[in-house]
Parts: sequence; structure tokens; C-alpha cells
Amino acid sequence: MTEAALPAPMAAPSVDRERLAAFGFVLPSVVIIAGVFALPLVLLLGVSIVDANGLTFAHYKRLLGSPYYLGVIWNSLRLGLLTTTIAFLISYPAAFALARARGALRSLLLATLFLPLAASVIVKAFAWTILLRSDGIVNETLIALGIIEDPIRMIFTETALIVGAVNIFLPFMILPIYAIVAQLDSRYAEAAATLGASPLVTFVRVILPLTLPGIIAGVALVFSLSVSAYVVPTLLIGEKYPTLATTIAKAYLLTREPGFGAAAGVVLLAIAIAVVTLSARMSREPK
Amino acid sequence: MARTAIVVCWAMAIALALFLLAPLLVIAAASFSPTPVFDLPLTGASTRWYGKIGRLDGFWPSLLLSLQIALLSTAISLVCGTLAAIAIARGKLPGADIFATALVSPLMMPGLVLGIALLQGFRAVGFTAPWATLLVAHLVITLPYVARTMIAGLSQFDFTLIEAARTLGCTYPGSVLRVMVPALAPSFLIAGIFSFLASFDNYPVSIFLADVRTKTLPIRMLQYIEEAPDPTLAALSTLILAGTVILLFVSDRVVGLHRMAGTSD
Repeated sequence: MTEAALPAPMAAPSVDRERLAAFGFVLPSVVIIAGVFALPLVLLLGVSIVDANGLTFAHYKRLLGSPYYLGVIWNSLRLGLLTTTIAFLISYPAAFALARARGALRSLLLATLFLPLAASVIVKAFAWTILLRSDGIVNETLIALGIIEDPIRMIFTETALIVGAVNIFLPFMILPIYAIVAQLDSRYAEAAATLGASPLVTFVRVILPLTLPGIIAGVALVFSLSVSAYVVPTLLIGEKYPTLATTIAKAYLLTREPGFGAAAGVVLLAIAIAVVTLSARMSREPK
Repeated sequence: MARTAIVVCWAMAIALALFLLAPLLVIAAASFSPTPVFDLPLTGASTRWYGKIGRLDGFWPSLLLSLQIALLSTAISLVCGTLAAIAIARGKLPGADIFATALVSPLMMPGLVLGIALLQGFRAVGFTAPWATLLVAHLVITLPYVARTMIAGLSQFDFTLIEAARTLGCTYPGSVLRVMVPALAPSFLIAGIFSFLASFDNYPVSIFLADVRTKTLPIRMLQYIEEAPDPTLAALSTLILAGTVILLFVSDRVVGLHRMAGTSD
């Protein structure tokens, strides 16, 4: 069979036609993202600065000008920072062990990461309310071990909040770090050692920079998830730790102040965009 | 020093595995509690809480609603997201990187902010039917998962295979169906599962679009926990967990089988 004998589709479609087809393929998704994501966010910005009397910055003044709401913003950032730091400190060494594991052990460890990732956030937060109750397992274990005499109040404290948040968002930290560590060529470390570098110098000057893209990805993901978490603070600490997320929910669902809720939403959105932009810039730079 | 580092790494990995599994094990154990309080360690075992799940106020309509929304939004996103991923991965689309970033961007945005933005947006155009707004909103939740997974999957795919099939006389749709679909089935399955779970589990977006009669399962569950938490809820959570385990296990098997069959690298 020669090429000449083949029917019309043989002829390469023109570049224009291919481009047109490509635009046709992305069009449904672009319509969804533009119409149900980008436009509503722009509208939200509008709602936060326009009221019945026209342009207003009253909502932002209330949010950024009062010690109470500055405290609320700080609570969100604090939740994000503490969760991210602790999750990183646990995940980074663990990722190296995971990368060294082989066979059944590796499958088992990976399963312990994927299963909680697939499990419902509400289910996990609910489990922590059971675990941390004053007559819960954690207290009873500590008493049985003789570490404490009387039950400590854990649920509805910041400790409970951070423990729960770290637990729920950990997989998002370790998976991107593991993905990088698993590809790490051990000969780099050997070369550094051969050239006389101490283990500490090898780690700081070779291993750490090589694994930086995974760290940046994990940190950005965990921070943006925990700074805006809603279910976790609601179930594990409640009213006494108001965050931007709980403020938004309250403004829309209870007090009916959409303008103020929208302003809080815009602030949270700005934090998320800052994290994304910063991490994108940082992961591009070192190369 | 290097040996100490290795010991620390392993200690962290084991601690992390136990820490991650703890809440799941506790929920499963609590669901068999013989008493209405979560008495752990268990002094006996009872399955009566499982029988009570169906009698939770508003449980069945919420389960049905969550399943409908998750299945439909996943199906629509799989079609739209895969088409977009094809256009992006093929490299014939000007500004493909920008499209890729835009399609995945909702993943990094706070869910609650998206929820209130959609509430405002839908109100502004007079679109207020809860079922329909939930479905449309969940498209934005599911589409990024599909787009991300399919773009990654397609970046491994050799598009010249389609050209080859066409050279051999296949029509374009025909070559896509016979060459690309089998090669991409594993990515498709993973995208489908994660987008289904993202929708089924979503709370921060749904809460703003639900009304008294139209509540998704996560909204109901949070309401049960806040009102009267008892082991029935642990039983329900355990069933959802068991379903997730089966879903992951089956998909692992199916994807694994595909790989064994050599249809994907």
C-alpha cells in the first residue's frame, strides 16, 4: 500500500484549522472557569467596595482598622504558619525514609498517605473531637502512662486545632517533597563527601537546594489550605478562635452582611494569591 | 551523624504513618461502641449504630443529592477537562501554559471564598435553584482535578501515534478512540476518582448554595456532629471510609491491570 493510495485525511490539516480545533477543545472548560470562577470573584470584589450609596471602603476599614479583626486575620495566618511549620518538620525527614523504603513497606507507607487524603475532612475532624475529649483516648493514655494525673482540657484549645490541622493537611506536604526526594541522585551526596564536605555541609549545600522545589510546593499547598480552613477550626476550637474563614461564614450565614463578608473573602483571596505567586517565583529562580 | 539522621528519618516516617491513621482507626473503633458515649478502649462490640444510620434526620435525601451532584459534575468535568488537556498537551494551542494555569487555579483558592463568590454571582443573574446551582458550582471543584491529572497523563502520550493511525486510514475520531483512549484510561480513572471525592466531600462551597431542603451529605454530617454526636455518626463515617478504601483498591487493581496489559508506560 503506497501513501498516494490513501484517502483525503492524509493531507495535513492547515495550521489555522488545527488552532481552531484546539480552541474548540478548551472552550467548554474556559467557559466554566471564566463564568463560574473568574467572573464571580470579580463580582465579589465589587460587592466588597460598592453598597447602596456607591463606592465605599467602610468594610475594609472595619476589617483592617480594628484590633479585633486584625486579631482575626492574625489567627488565620497563625493557623497557617504553625500548621505549615510542624507539617514540614515531620514530613521532610519522613520523605527520605519513604524514598529509601522498598517493596511492601513502601506500598504500606504510601497507602497510609493516600487513604487519609481520600477520607472526608469532616470525618477526620470528628475523629479528633473523640480522641481529644477530656475522657478521650489521648488523656486516658497520658494518665495511664503516669505523665499527667488529671485529664487536660484539649478539645477547643489551640493545641487541638493545630494537631487536627497538621493531621489533615500533612499528606499535601509530604507527597510533593517525596516526589522530589525519590528522584534524588545519591551520587551528589557521595561526590560532596568525596570532595571533603562534612555531612552537615553536604546537607545544607547539596541536599537542601536540590529538594527545594518539593519544599516550596508542599509549603505553598499546606499554607493556602490551612490559612483558609473552615471545618477544622469550627469543630476543634469553635467561637473563641475566629479566623477569616469563620468570619466569612458568619457574615453570610448568620449576620447577613454580604459586603463585609465579601471584604473578608477578598483579604483571604489576596493571601492565597500572594502565596501562589511567591511560590511560583521562588521555584523558578534557583535554576 | 549520618546514622543518627537515618534513625530520625525512620522514626518520623513511622510516627507519621501512625499519626495519619489514628483518626481513621478511632472512628472505626467508636462505631462498634456498645454504649452511646465513645467508650474507648471498647468493653464490647455492637453493630446497632449501623442500623440507625438510615434513621438519621434527612439522611437519604442528602446521600442521594451528594451522589447525584458528585457523579454528574465528575462526568461533565471529565469530558470538558480531557478535551482541554488534549488541546493543551498537543502544543497546537497558543498560550497553552496560561490555559493550563487557569484551569488548575481554583485548586489553590480558598473554597469558602469561591462559595460566597458563587452565591453572589448566581444571585446577580437570578439563578437560585439549589440543585442546579450546586451542580454548576461543583464543576469548578471537579474540573481542576481532571485538568491537572489529564494534562500530566497526556504529557507522557505520544501524539504521533494518532498521526500514525490516521496515516493507516483511521478517521480522526476513530484513531482517538482506538489509540488515545486505551492509553489514557488509567489517568482518566484517577482523575474521575479524585474529582468524585472532592465533590462528595465538599463543604465550604456547598454550604452557601444549599437551602433547608437541599443539603448535601457533608452539610448534614457537620450538623449532626454539632447537634448530637453519637456512634451512629461514627458508623456512617466508617461506611464512607470503607467505600473509599474499596474505591482506591479497585482503581489500583484496574490501573495496575492496564499497566500490565502494556497499554500505558
